[in-house]
Amino acid sequence: MTLRSTTALSIALSFFCLTSGWAKKIDFNRQVRPILSDKCFFCHGPDKAERKAKLRLDLRESALKNNAIVPGDVEKSEVFYRITTEDKEDLMPPEESHKHMTAEEIEIIKQWIKEGANYEGQWIYEAPRKHAPPEVAGDQVRNPIDRFIQQRLREEARKPASEADRVMLIRRLSFDLTGLPPTPAQVRAFLSDNRPDAYAHLVEQLLASPAYGERMASKWLDLVRYADTVGFHGDQNVSQSPFRDYVIAAFNQNMRYDQFTREQLAGDLLPNPTRQQKVASGYNRLNMTTEEGGAQPKEYLAKYAGDRVRNTTVVWMGATLGCAECHDHKYDPYTMHDFYSFAAFFADLQEVGKYGARKRPPEIPVPTAEQDKEFAQLNADVEALKKKLATDSPELIAARKQWVSRERQKLAGSNTLKPSDLFFIEDKARKGDSTREHWHYASSKDHPTYRGAFSRKQESGGLVQHILGFKNTYHPNDEDVFFSYIYIDPKNPPETVMLQIHADGNWEHRAFWGKDKIPYGGIGTKGANHRPMGALPKAGEWVRIEATAAQIGVHSKQKITAMAFTQHGGRAYWDDAGVHGVHEAKGIPGRIAQILQTDTPTEKQNAELATYYRGIAPSLDSARTDLAHKEDLIKKFNENVPTMPISVAQKPRMIRILPRGNWMDETGNEVQPAIPAFLGVLKPKNDNERLTRLDLANWIVSRDNPMTARVFVNHLWHMFFGAGISNVLSDLGNQGEPPEHPELLDWLAVEFMDSGWDIQYMIKLITQSHAYRQSSQPPTDIHEFDPYNRLVSIQSRRRLSAEMIRDNALMVSGLLNAKIGGISVHPYQPAGYYAQLNFPRRTYKHSTDENQYRRAVYSHWQRTFLHPALMAFDAPSREACTAQRPVSNTPLQALVLMNDPSFVEAAKHFAIRIQNEGGNDITTRIHWAYQEVLSRSPRDSEVKLISEVYKKHLDEYLADTDAANEILTVGLEKTETKKPAETAAWISAARILLNLHETITRF
Amino acid sequence: MNKELLHLINRRAFLNRSAGSIGAVALGSLLDPRLLRAAPKPGSIQHHAAKAKYVIHLCMAGGASHLETFDYKPVLAKHDGKPMPESYTKGKPIAQLQGRQLKILGPQHEFKKHGKGGVEVSNILPHIAGVADDLCVIRSLSTDQINHDPAHTVFNTGTSLPGRPSMGSWVNYAIGSECDDLPGYVVMTSVGGGQSQPIASRQWHSGFLPSRFQGVKFNSAGAPVNYIENPKGVSLNRQRDVYHAITQLNQQAQQQFNDPEITTRISQYELAAKMQLSVPGLMDVSQEPQHIIDMYGCKPGDGSYASNCLLARRLVERGVRFVQLYHRGWDHHGGVKNGTAATAKLVDQGTAALITDLRQRGLLEDTLIIWGGEFGRTPMAQGSGRDHHIQGYSMFMAGGGVKGGTTYGATDELGYNAEKDPVHVRDLHATMLHQLGIDHTRLTVKFQGLDSRLTGVEKARVVKPILS
Repeated sequence: MTLRSTTALSIALSFFCLTSGWAKKIDFNRQVRPILSDKCFFCHGPDKAERKAKLRLDLRESALKNNAIVPGDVEKSEVFYRITTEDKEDLMPPEESHKHMTAEEIEIIKQWIKEGANYEGQWIYEAPRKHAPPEVAGDQVRNPIDRFIQQRLREEARKPASEADRVMLIRRLSFDLTGLPPTPAQVRAFLSDNRPDAYAHLVEQLLASPAYGERMASKWLDLVRYADTVGFHGDQNVSQSPFRDYVIAAFNQNMRYDQFTREQLAGDLLPNPTRQQKVASGYNRLNMTTEEGGAQPKEYLAKYAGDRVRNTTVVWMGATLGCAECHDHKYDPYTMHDFYSFAAFFADLQEVGKYGARKRPPEIPVPTAEQDKEFAQLNADVEALKKKLATDSPELIAARKQWVSRERQKLAGSNTLKPSDLFFIEDKARKGDSTREHWHYASSKDHPTYRGAFSRKQESGGLVQHILGFKNTYHPNDEDVFFSYIYIDPKNPPETVMLQIHADGNWEHRAFWGKDKIPYGGIGTKGANHRPMGALPKAGEWVRIEATAAQIGVHSKQKITAMAFTQHGGRAYWDDAGVHGVHEAKGIPGRIAQILQTDTPTEKQNAELATYYRGIAPSLDSARTDLAHKEDLIKKFNENVPTMPISVAQKPRMIRILPRGNWMDETGNEVQPAIPAFLGVLKPKNDNERLTRLDLANWIVSRDNPMTARVFVNHLWHMFFGAGISNVLSDLGNQGEPPEHPELLDWLAVEFMDSGWDIQYMIKLITQSHAYRQSSQPPTDIHEFDPYNRLVSIQSRRRLSAEMIRDNALMVSGLLNAKIGGISVHPYQPAGYYAQLNFPRRTYKHSTDENQYRRAVYSHWQRTFLHPALMAFDAPSREACTAQRPVSNTPLQALVLMNDPSFVEAAKHFAIRIQNEGGNDITTRIHWAYQEVLSRSPRDSEVKLISEVYKKHLDEYLADTDAANEILTVGLEKTETKKPAETAAWISAARILLNLHETITRF
Repeated sequence: MNKELLHLINRRAFLNRSAGSIGAVALGSLLDPRLLRAAPKPGSIQHHAAKAKYVIHLCMAGGASHLETFDYKPVLAKHDGKPMPESYTKGKPIAQLQGRQLKILGPQHEFKKHGKGGVEVSNILPHIAGVADDLCVIRSLSTDQINHDPAHTVFNTGTSLPGRPSMGSWVNYAIGSECDDLPGYVVMTSVGGGQSQPIASRQWHSGFLPSRFQGVKFNSAGAPVNYIENPKGVSLNRQRDVYHAITQLNQQAQQQFNDPEITTRISQYELAAKMQLSVPGLMDVSQEPQHIIDMYGCKPGDGSYASNCLLARRLVERGVRFVQLYHRGWDHHGGVKNGTAATAKLVDQGTAALITDLRQRGLLEDTLIIWGGEFGRTPMAQGSGRDHHIQGYSMFMAGGGVKGGTTYGATDELGYNAEKDPVHVRDLHATMLHQLGIDHTRLTVKFQGLDSRLTGVEKARVVKPILS
């Protein structure tokens, strides 16, 4: 056996020693495992399907068999020969894998074998231990975090940076804790706060701000993939904003993380769940769903199940169990059985594979507390009015008598009213009515017609319908019978035909003949909105199909405005249609006219007469108007109350292992809910019971779970330092990154659990550390020493998030509307951006009121077309879990800040504030503007540059007032000003400031 | 300064910018920085000599019927109206025809053989038939997903899971772009001829790759690129003043903070300013001679497919690496006869003109054209139409080092299963990358623990027989 190149190795070795201080014993988890995992486990790891030569290198016992590894003896270890040989046949990893061991990696393996080839369990699967913080002291040690960090720095002979100045600290804290910049007043207050614990007070103050919950929510909503649309195919809107508001409120109340977890995974299973807990359980319904016509429900149920497994395991456990959907995991000890057993926890959810009509049942309405109160008042008013309108007073009775005798005279001599046909369609649609969808006349020349010259032909492979909209509302009677004539083509009969009536604003009045194939109202249901009428009418002849008002839930108090004729597949001709009943006479509904013509009406008829009269009595006019108004308010109110899809448990579906993830393959074994087998066995309380989502949630936040606390504190670390301690936030398994500070991560995780899962406690701990408070100015050699600042010898600078960039511009310009919660809002968006959406087509309408100026967390989140400004700054589509956003730097970002009307309007508003509040001369104003935007004074060179642009543009706009007036029209309303040119020139200055790198960076 | 020198300087600025951005990527990226350190630099991945430099993907969205375009099945005509043998369909996924009686529908259009290679083309595509000797028709393509949205996602990213990079992003990540004032990956869409199924922006998303490799959609109405136009009332000069001042102030900040991110920011503002200038020029086709416009048969800038073809040529001429045109009009569940004829009329001339135009400019050999939909359509009738079909369908490639005048692979006699020389979508990806000088097994990025690649975990092959 020969080494490939001793010289190269020794050079590599010396380089390695220098750069990472590797003189101590090899750390298996940090140094060896990543190499084995990446280069060897694919064929010699947990997945038995791929395993070669029956060799496993992930388990020591197996690795020691047949001398693959001989502890202490490099020469005898086959593994070492295989990774260093020049024989291409023998060399590992094999050439076709395109994997390659570097000299550095070979040396680590060599050293490790020499030292006895000790294995350690994969760190993330071992319970975190609370290591005593190292004995490090000094004035840069503020809490145990610093002792861990500085111990490591000492080993590298480095020192932490000095503390950042107070302006930088308040800006950093404000963005990190609230997502907003500090106001100049807040900055001044902090600078003059002489209390020794001024910093701690500031942290408390920021945590108490409602903006804190909004800031934390952005992070959580990325993880749980919250959005305002369904994601697949037509990407229709779905009301889910109550969930977003729940998350904001939970952070603001500092809800404990274990409770937060339980409520989301199983809020519905808690004893007497509150409305908010039900909303929280909507977490299980946030996955993408479809309404696509050809979607196979079973396939989509499998997709939803897989999505839930992926999301839950990544969010809470940083685990890639999702990889085991089609095969056992290649790198971590998860099996396919684990994947499907985990999916089985969610098999109780009431859901369907394919949804319709923008609804995601089960859903609940979620009014705010204010709305609740308002709603109760409206309902009380309506009840009172209804009562008034249903009560006869002596005056009313007298007036009615007069009216009756008058009307009887009027009707005297006219024909007795008999029921008759009233046609909505007689040969063709009535003049003035509207026809929609697949309305197609067929002439009697070549097609069957019932009577007249035309019928309507309908033909399709799927659903097809004619809709007739009435110009004049039809007022039905309880005894009405709706009808249509239909001719079924015997060669190509439809499977189903349906009549539909549009009453009081909805289509929930349907009768159908034939198979139950038309989904409107719900396949398999039998109510008035989906009434089965029996077999398909006889084919090859004209048949009158009829449905009574009672059968389809129509009654005399409703207003009918449209009728539809629907069929599923085949070919049919439709002709005359209408309603059979007693119809109007001299302005009086048929039934009433009948009674009026009766000499001795019955008691029931008299009562009907009285009811009718109260409906027209002039003395009740105002009460009726009032009622109509209030009812309209209630209707609008109901439309505006957001709903939320929630978790409702039902009898669990059977979950099978799907071989290779194939949803059509039913040969796999049935599985029951279980946690991944290698993590132990979770037992239900009673032997015969099935484990529930609540059991799962309880296990996730139990001390038995080694992952949950680490994953969350790692996320927090990432939020406050720009990198996780283990910096692949979505994967703390074998293929993730071994933590840079494993003892610190463990210490934080245990501290988090010990605190009772207190998130704000952890944030205070982290933000009070010197590590957090230190300067972010890099020493000149950091690029050689620690280019990614993983040792935290300085704070990290980073670009603000997409949301913060918008919120910052709104805040400094004075436009920000700080309202919390509610239905999502619509910032300006380029026209035609939704052109590729269909079912239905959509035209984006931006908010035209103060909702235009809400924080970005409230922006409408269209999964397939996220707002382009948010997307440019790396906000994710939220189709799947995003544990970590990329931080890019692209020309599209410049275009957004330069040209997006939101930012131009912010500049305009800021320009007006500069003029109104910034003093009188140019220099003073620029100083004021810098304080507002950057919390600092400008340098002279900066003042000079900006004032030059200002003066130049002022001259130009003075010469071109049209242009000045034009820019003042940007935004919701034109700004009225006596000096348009001056404002326009200040807009240029404001745009410069809002575009600066410094403005969009957190230092 | 002469033009060439200016070009050189720009080019260098561009390269620097690419390099400078790596720090940015690494700091907050999804990618494990340790791996990024070892990974090859984006933009410099070239495994062998490239045969093609650019890709134009003409996506016939909705699922063009192979049986009415490139796959003539006389046996199907013979059995028109008869039940489909169950042996074909049993256990196969079916979309809207679920639970229906399955009857055969014969080909709705005539076919003829064209050119020296005798490529069989439907009569509804006369212009494409005219360039038959440039085409390599593949009649044995198959895919995994039977609904539009996931099927597009497979065609673009190799998997139906959301969050993965699109092929245009992969290509730009691997070999960069040759254009420094336009995005390297441009998408345009058009409609007409049939039901317009939606298209999600995930189809051109960069997934876990850095977002600068994301496709940029050009709008057919309004501003061609989002936010490409100056705010109202801001002249070109004033916009330039603002850009200039931002750059100078950022430069001052750079002196103070010594942060490579600021350098990148400065160059990105430069690029944005250049885009603001170059995009209108790109879109302004008034300089195109009349005979060129006639050849495409469009009113320039009308948002039609043909107009987009003309723009695609202009983009490739400027060095844009990957252009994708979606024509959303092929979902013919009903009336497949008239429907395919109508949609074909809208795409036929523009497609042929694009091929001819690229050829006459010497660009066809550098440009790989891929024409086809996310899936094909069933041999079975759905009323007078056809349903979605994924077991076998057709597409063609042209230019970019593929053999023209050839037909590769075949479906069975009913046009159902890809029978001879099957080509899966991932084989197509492997072949495309191969022509660009990239080994698909080595273009990998670590994501969620796996060496992710466009061709996924299943074996994929480069379809060598169709390469010249």
